Order: sequence, then structure tokens, then C-alpha cells
Amino acid sequence: MARVWRFGADVNTDQIVPGRFAPYVTSEAELRKYPFIEARPEFAPSVQPGDVIVAERNFGCGSSREYAPQALKLVGIGAIIAPSFARIFYRNALNLGIPLFEADLPQLSDGMELELDVGQGRLQVGGDTIQLPPPPAWMQEVWNIGGIVPYFRTYGRFPGEAAS
Amino acid sequence: MSQTLSEQIISRAAGRSVQAGEVVTAQIDLAMIHDSIAPSVIRILHEELGATQVWDVNRIAVAIDHVAPAATPQTADAQNKLRGWVRQQGIPNFFDAGRGIAHQVLIEEGLARPGMLIVGSDSHSTAYGAVGALGTGMGATDIALALATGQTWLRVPETIRVQAHGQLGTGVTAKDVALKLARELRADGATYQAIEYHGFDSFTLGQRTTLTTMAIEVGGKAGIVPPHGLAAADAPPWLALSDHATYSRTIDIDLDNLDPQIAAPNYVDNVVDLRDVGRVNVDVVYLGTCTNGRYEDLAAAARILRGRRVAPGVRMMVVPASSEALQLAVADGTLATLLAAGATLGTPGCGACIGRHMGVLGSTDVCLFTGNRNFRGRMGHPEAQIYLGSPEVAAATAVAGYIADPRTISDQAVTDDGRWATVLQA
Repeated sequence: MARVWRFGADVNTDQIVPGRFAPYVTSEAELRKYPFIEARPEFAPSVQPGDVIVAERNFGCGSSREYAPQALKLVGIGAIIAPSFARIFYRNALNLGIPLFEADLPQLSDGMELELDVGQGRLQVGGDTIQLPPPPAWMQEVWNIGGIVPYFRTYGRFPGEAAS
Repeated sequence: MSQTLSEQIISRAAGRSVQAGEVVTAQIDLAMIHDSIAPSVIRILHEELGATQVWDVNRIAVAIDHVAPAATPQTADAQNKLRGWVRQQGIPNFFDAGRGIAHQVLIEEGLARPGMLIVGSDSHSTAYGAVGALGTGMGATDIALALATGQTWLRVPETIRVQAHGQLGTGVTAKDVALKLARELRADGATYQAIEYHGFDSFTLGQRTTLTTMAIEVGGKAGIVPPHGLAAADAPPWLALSDHATYSRTIDIDLDNLDPQIAAPNYVDNVVDLRDVGRVNVDVVYLGTCTNGRYEDLAAAARILRGRRVAPGVRMMVVPASSEALQLAVADGTLATLLAAGATLGTPGCGACIGRHMGVLGSTDVCLFTGNRNFRGRMGHPEAQIYLGSPEVAAATAVAGYIADPRTISDQAVTDDGRWATVLQA
């Protein structure tokens, strides 16, 4: 069963992966060891594929470093849910195919068990079902195909605008 | 015409009239990559996208600024690989270690110009708004796609108008304006939006860059100063403020009554008036970055440090934003003044802003930093304490040994050991 990893507001990309642990100065192969290495050292060793990050507003602010969401993807994060995301992080996560949902879920606390149906945008927690607000259809297409690179290679264009 | 500057710039880049909220594909005028992200960009470009050549060698700029010069054999190897790639691709706009921070260099070189759509592999690419361009930061995959296609996709942002009134007083700076805006807007106040700065026509290009580099610190997609009053302004005729543009919000800022601002650890929007910060002794004063490492920033610090000494026990680092800034500071004695006061000089570039080299902080260090981020662990050890302030505050703090208001020192006598703080305490 997947679990909730609860975070607060304004989680910045320096907290997700500090610049000192960038692949440029460490190595690409080590990146999976570094998400939240200083902000929450127990995260990387114990996170399981499918686990969900639930945070407060402005998740992912700061640097444009794609290795921050890349590190979360490498450990298999199932989705990130927050009332709002910083713009560059949102784009980077979308590009990598990490599902993001904009929702404020104060009732979910750290360590709670849950099941997430990403396609339906539906969470099962305890006996409750939470319907998450659906992202735009084109965004779901990007996730479904595995990110922006496969999307572009398949359609030969960017999302959001019909082929001309 | 009733568009914001962002709408005008994206309309031209998209080849049709657009308005806030639309998701469009647009032509890029310039793309920037730097050493820290370039290896990923190049891998995605060639291996994932299967492109062999960048779309236009003249519309790409490459800088080695994040670890400059190389700090480890690994970064040295990565930089050599980047140099080889630049040669192989035939990219003329390459700025090697020592030339400076990409944002500053692209403005100095005239590569960033009014009306351009510029994307960079760096969140502080909002800097290019200082010349009236729309600059925005993106991740490695977006930038690789941009290099392959010359295009990107983006949502046309709504715009927040910042309206200045009056003039800055002595000892109060563009940095204080930027920090005051962070205080008002908070870290996410401009998320998915652009900022236009109105009423800053008297600001120098450097002051404008201080404002625009910090647009990202309130979540902004871009921060644009209308290109009014710049000596080298070559704004295209289609780029002009419209009285009928729609703004999501207007923030008035009273320059006459603005006081020096400080962002206390560990968030950029944790801003207070300097006078309310209390007694904060510092170990390190760090002058530099794309936000405040230009010649005029060094000169402002030198005016305060002339004939004075950095307080005992304080280390002051000066890292110019570019080689041009350094050369100007050498030419008029600014650098000599800083060094005579006891400052240490670093290679033009990002310095310790990303915590990788050139004076990173230890666990007990308290630092007054002229940069743009004070996140936990940003400049080195996560326990280090980073306070953000202006170059003038940095200089006053260096002399006092604690966070100090530059306005309190101009008339103070200098004591025998070059310190004025002892006078204040007497």
C-alpha cells in the first residue's frame, strides 16, 4: 500500500535536491539517493514506488533544476498533490510524466496509507474516497504517453495547440 | 493595441495575436544553457530527441558560470566535454569560465534585446526583462526541445503591474525594492504570471537587472521593465506600454519612504525592515551574483568601505558578475578599495550562490549575502544562516561585523582601526 509523505508550504528545489548533489557534481547514477537528502534524510531510503507527496502551497519553488523532479521520478513517486505548484517545477514534472494534482488536502497526514487511481484522479484513504480535480485533457495525454519527449516524438508538436 | 508587454512579445513569437491564458507554441529568439545543466540538455537533445544539430547556432548562448573555474576533476571533465560540443556544433556565443554569469554577459554582449523571447536553463533567466525582453527559466528537457526545434510552448501569463512612486533615498537600492516586493507578493504571489515594472525609468540597466532577476523569487514567469530611458535602447516599434492593457493586480511601491530591507533565513519572502532585524553578528559578507554583482554594486560597496576595514573576524568575498564588471572595478580603483578594506576576490561567475565552490558556508556561519536566495543549504551547510540584503548593506555590515544600515555610517568618524561600529556603540 502506498503512503503519504506530508510536506509544508514553499518546498523549494534546493530542499528536494541541493545544488551540491546535482548530477553535474555527483553523478546521474547516484541521483536516486538524493531527494530530500538534507531536508528529510529518511525519505530516499524508505520511499516506495507509488507513494504520494502531499504538500501545501507553492511546491517546487526556486531553481529550474530538472534533476529535482527527476530524482522523485527515479524513486517512483506516484503523484504530487498540492494546492499550487511553482511554474517551472510544474512544467518539469509534467515533462517527465510525473502526475500532479492541484488540491488542498489538510486531512491527509504523514504516513497515512492510500490508494491512488491516477487516471481517474481518485484517492482512497481509510474508508473515504477523494475526487481530485482533473488536469486538462492535453496534460493527461502527456502523462499517459510518458512525458513531453515521447509526446513530441509522437505528435511532432507541442501540447496545448492543435497541429497547424 | 491593448496588450501587456508579455502578450506583445509572445504574440510576435507565436505569429498571431494572443492573450493571457492561452497555451501557445512560440518561436524562440535566444536560448541559454550553462555548465550545470548543459550535460543533461545535450544528452536529451541527442539521445532522447535524436537531433544531431541545434536549430540555429547563432541563437544559442553557452556559458560556464556555475562552477567557474572547475572545482573538481569531474566538473573539469564535464566542462571540457561542453567546450568540445560547442566547437563541434559551431556555436559562436560561448562564454568560458571567468567571463561571468550568463545573464549579465548576455545583456553586456547585446545578445538579449528588447522584445525578444529568451529561454534559459536557469530560473534567473527572468533577468533579461531588464532590457525589455521576456526571459524565462526552464528545465533541461524544455531547453533541449528548444535547441532542437527553435520553439517552445507556454501559457501566456497574466501580468502584475508594479507601479513605483518617487525616488529612492540615499542608501536604499533596487535590491530593497525587490525584497519589498517579495514581502508584499510572497514567494508565490506571481506564480504563472509576469511582472511589469512601471515608473522605474530612472533606474540603470544594472538596477533593472536586480529587479528582474528576483521576479522568479515571487514565482514570476517573467519580469519586464519597459525599455525606457536606456542609452542603448533599441526597442522594436511594436513594443510599447498600452494604457488599455489588463493587469491582474497593481502594487504601488513608495520609493521615497522605502527603508533597507533584509530577507531573514530561510525564505526570500521572510523580509523585514533592516531596523527590525535586531543584532545579527555575521561571519561572512558575500558580494556578488546576477542580482548584485555588477560594477555599480561593487562601487557602491567601495564608497562605504573606502578608508575603512572589514571588521575583525568577518570574511568578505567579492565575486563580480562578469569580467566586464571586474575590469571596470579595476580601472577606477573600486577593486583596490575593496581589497584594501580586506575583501577577498573570486572569479567572475555564480560564486557560492549554489553552494558548490568559492567560499561555501560552514555549519556555524552567518552570512549577509547580496544574492537572491537564502534557502536552507543554498550556499553550503544546511545549518548556515543566510540573510539577503543590498550591496550597501553588505558593506556596512562588513565594517560593523553585524547587519547594519548603510545610512548610519556615512557621517560617522572612522576609528583608528578603521571601524565605525565602535563609534556607534560608544
